[in-house]
Amino acid sequence: MTQTETSPSGGPTLIATEALTKRYPNGVVALADLTLAVTPGIVGLVGANGAGKSTLIKILLGLLPTTAGRTRVLGLDPASDGHKVRARVGYMPENDCLPPDLAASEFVTHMARMSGLPKTAARERASEALRHVGLYEERYRQIGGYSTGMKQRVKLAQALVHDPDLLLLDEPTNGLDPAGRDAMLTLIQRIGTEFGISVVVCSHLLGEVERICDSLIAIDGGRLLRADRIENMTSSRDVLVFEVAEGTDELEARLAGLGLTVTKDGPSLQVPLAAAETYDQILGAVAELDLPLHSLDQRRHRVAELFANGASAPASAPEGAHV
Amino acid sequence: MSSPTTTAGVIHDIGYQRYTGPRLGRGYATRSLFAHGVRTAFGLGRSAGAKFFPWGIFGLLVAIAAILVTVQSQIGAAAGERIFTYYSFPTQINVLVLLFCAVAAPELVSRDLRGGVLPLYFSRPLTRLDYPLAKLAALITAVFLLLLGPLLVLFLGSAFSVTDMAAVWDEFVLFTQGLITAGIMAALFSSIAMLVSSLAGRRAVAAALTVGLFILTTPVLGVLQSIAYSNYDGGELTGNAQRVAQISFLVSPFTIVEGIGSWLFAPDGQSFIGPFGPLYLGVTLAVIALCLMLTLLRYRKVAR
Repeated sequence: MTQTETSPSGGPTLIATEALTKRYPNGVVALADLTLAVTPGIVGLVGANGAGKSTLIKILLGLLPTTAGRTRVLGLDPASDGHKVRARVGYMPENDCLPPDLAASEFVTHMARMSGLPKTAARERASEALRHVGLYEERYRQIGGYSTGMKQRVKLAQALVHDPDLLLLDEPTNGLDPAGRDAMLTLIQRIGTEFGISVVVCSHLLGEVERICDSLIAIDGGRLLRADRIENMTSSRDVLVFEVAEGTDELEARLAGLGLTVTKDGPSLQVPLAAAETYDQILGAVAELDLPLHSLDQRRHRVAELFANGASAPASAPEGAHV
Repeated sequence: MSSPTTTAGVIHDIGYQRYTGPRLGRGYATRSLFAHGVRTAFGLGRSAGAKFFPWGIFGLLVAIAAILVTVQSQIGAAAGERIFTYYSFPTQINVLVLLFCAVAAPELVSRDLRGGVLPLYFSRPLTRLDYPLAKLAALITAVFLLLLGPLLVLFLGSAFSVTDMAAVWDEFVLFTQGLITAGIMAALFSSIAMLVSSLAGRRAVAAALTVGLFILTTPVLGVLQSIAYSNYDGGELTGNAQRVAQISFLVSPFTIVEGIGSWLFAPDGQSFIGPFGPLYLGVTLAVIALCLMLTLLRYRKVAR
């Protein structure tokens, strides 16, 4: 990288967009006046399906022309220097993208060469990358016989094989069971911290990405909703959602008296899960008031909630938000 | 990686190593994709099953050439006449070449389409033009190599059965005529097969469509021929009937290559397409260009 732009906060900027707008020929506006600056680290890009995440990724990779605005990735303009950007970026698509009748080692080697690595280096880096994502002897088997979790790992390995400066991961936990999700998230966290590669993780599940991200960018309908360091974004991560058949107001007052922040959401109440005692406090309060408890769930913030909060919060003003 | 100097059985995770070696960029990636494509067409680096078909066809072609050249040296030479010509050899075995194309082209492109692999290519330095061009070049090269084998057998067999160097040189000139026909056939057949395969995701469908498209032209040719010969009363065709007959071979990729070969290399006045040689060449180039353009357009559209 010869050119490095810096953000006002001083750190190098990996991705910078300025008033980025993308209108498709059919009139759909996928991105509207999006201004962002992404600094190194693990960044969560969250938004509901259709929010413009995939469009943004394609523009960052130089695969889609923009309608208006300016884009810089790794100090380069993807529209004119697309192939230079793509040589230094690793991309893991959301959809299935693996040929079933090749062995993972062979496929990842081929992809390394497609990224410009010489033959021997490609072979070495491919087995390294597969080892890093946790595939060992299996890598000589055909991909068609792999489980979803293993396929996701191969997709990650091919994005990682050429040692990119930036990884773009589109819904990396798609189709994984809870254990697989945890493993994938842990892996992404390792890549961002131990490997020193910056990662942009796209997801529609805020609860998932906020566990591993340094900062979050929330977009909705192609517009920037919020972009901030994670600690400024959500004071609480998980919430306890519970419902009582009667006496909701009494319980709310009681819990507020215990110093908990209770929010009412329809018939149910929400309390941020600050510590393990929160459970006991709620159960204690319910028992003392002798109320019939219907349900008690630990829930993650979902994008919808963030959006609801974000839309009402003044902090959502999207001009020049820096992450 | 384990280190022998420490306790046996301990695996040392040396951690993530950044890559500091060369990054060879777009041109290298395109060349690698081309080389990979040529290997794929012959099933190299793949399972034994994938090698069976291309090498079966190659073996068959070499065997045919070996038989021809043996018969030539035993019987033909004695009788003082040729029983094969280099330039028409590719057209004599054109069905086998078509089968090779129909299997190799889907192998090269349909697999990536069906597997959704294209986004992985296009998120790398390669562009949407580099990919189809590399694949098409790979197929043309593979088909040419397929034809080069038997042509070499014909040439070497003939060269060793003549005695003086002048005859060897004559043989070589004829051999290059075979290479030219082979090149035209490789370019035409590959362009069509590549376009058809880039539209079909399933390999079997792509193969069937390719063969079907070629075979379909045969009855059309038949109809045109029967028109030309509708008032046939023996002897040579003349006038319009002759022209229709000479032009009708344009409709089939099989006969168009044969026509060009005969125009370029048949003894004077013996070309079966009469004065229409330039037209045949022009149509061939136009078909190749059209197929290439449509293939490139196709890859501009493939998003996924």
